[in-house]
Amino acid sequence: MRDVAIVASAQRQERAIPSESEVEFMVPLMQQVKDATGLTQRDIGFTCSGSSDFIAGQAFSFVMTIDGVGPVPAISESHVEMDGAWALYEAWVKLQIGEIDTALIYGYSKSSGGSLRDVLATQMDPYYVAPLWPDAFAIEALAARQMVENRRVSMDQLAEIASRSRRHGADNPHAVRTRQKSAADIMAEAPVASPLRPSDLPASADGGCVVLLAAEDTARSLSDRPAWIRGIDHRTDSHTLGVRDLTRSMSAELAAQKAGVANDKVDFAELHAPFTTSEFVLADALGLGEDTVINPSGGALAAHTMMASGLIRLAEAAARITAGDGDRAVAHAASGPVLQQNLVCVMEGE
Amino acid sequence: MGEFQHDPSVPPSAIKPVTMPAAVANVEQVQSVRTPIAIDYEVTPGEGLSRYLRGLKEKRILADVCPDTGQVVFPPRGVAPMAGKRPTRMVEVGHSGYIDSFNVTRIPIKTRPDLDPPYVSAWVVPDGANVGSIALVAGIEPEKVRVGMRVRAVWKPDDELEESATNILHWEPTGEPDVDIADLRRMGREGSTL
Repeated sequence: MRDVAIVASAQRQERAIPSESEVEFMVPLMQQVKDATGLTQRDIGFTCSGSSDFIAGQAFSFVMTIDGVGPVPAISESHVEMDGAWALYEAWVKLQIGEIDTALIYGYSKSSGGSLRDVLATQMDPYYVAPLWPDAFAIEALAARQMVENRRVSMDQLAEIASRSRRHGADNPHAVRTRQKSAADIMAEAPVASPLRPSDLPASADGGCVVLLAAEDTARSLSDRPAWIRGIDHRTDSHTLGVRDLTRSMSAELAAQKAGVANDKVDFAELHAPFTTSEFVLADALGLGEDTVINPSGGALAAHTMMASGLIRLAEAAARITAGDGDRAVAHAASGPVLQQNLVCVMEGE
Repeated sequence: MGEFQHDPSVPPSAIKPVTMPAAVANVEQVQSVRTPIAIDYEVTPGEGLSRYLRGLKEKRILADVCPDTGQVVFPPRGVAPMAGKRPTRMVEVGHSGYIDSFNVTRIPIKTRPDLDPPYVSAWVVPDGANVGSIALVAGIEPEKVRVGMRVRAVWKPDDELEESATNILHWEPTGEPDVDIADLRRMGREGSTL
């Protein structure tokens, strides 16, 4: 295995970015990462992105954003219709092969142009489920109901998660939900899709994230303290919700095992948990204990940019490692309804 | 596996036909399912395209200037693809230009019932621009269209102008001498490091 690290990142998240197109708001982020490392597009071995046509409302929408990279002369490039974290995984594999030493990864979306709750219904089974237009919040609420009825988690615990995410988000300049609210106040909120309350739901945002991966000595030359990827794995559960135990996540558990989460202490974890219930399930699946700070950025409950939120978790964890806030971190990305797919990454400083 | 055979080594001729359970043996099978899906979006065009569309309403054609190469890119998209940068300025380009390439299309387009084949789809580069765009050429028999031919924009009446690329109905020949398209300086890339 080659040592590969995150050496730089940039992000932008806002409630809505109405005046700029996706490529217009991504170019400055790409430039920020290139400036931080002194690299130009010619120096970068591979470029990989994650985005969704269904969110953009445009076919082959990712090709517009490639112009933002400056693909002249022609670049080695790939795209996933997934969160940018999966683009990072593809780049990591490519770096393992050993033909390149650097990769530029980005994920983005501008979901404010449509109804994300409706768009997410289209990821369900197209014959049996999607024609019923199940609301994304309602689907998660089915899992939440089971968790609460089975006494896996209490409404108070979920309110605590929501309150803590707002508290952490207050220190994050990219957070869009930063108004402080006590757990007691959240308990008093009227449910949106019972038992889920507004504070249990993702804080939807427009924006994106750009990450630079580098291998071995190249990474050391580009960063004083690279965030080394010590383990990374992704797993998926069945698309058929009925065959899964929605109160647990087998895929997250297995990905965490393969990535080696339990091999040492975890200083902090950035979990891509769109709902308070998802955070509860993930902390359990990853076996995170009391000594791990969960979502110091506030997580997706403070700012949730579809297709970038997972990559942002990796970027946030790496930035804290690089800053010396901790030595070992876990970053997680999710995709699909009720945590169907999960990617777990363990990062360490040197 | 019941009646079904999934072994890829079995030749298709050897696969037994699928038999239906007796209870549904004489039931007509569903041949198709309709699951209509529609999602409404409010797509905002962004800064570059917004300025371009506002310019068109004023009967002005705007293009991006690449901050690295100086190339003038039409139509503007808010990004200079050669450099991977936001353009630092826009310029107005001419209402005339030349045909860089073309084809005579003889099949109708379902979504453009207004186009009566044969019609000419051309790549038109407006004066002052280095990168052009697809455009309709009319006002000439298709057989007489040439690469290098000078053309001018034919606009909708002034009182019908709106923020739309449809303000230019088509491009028509000006009758001026042809442009020498073998001269690659028209691309504006001499001296460029790209």
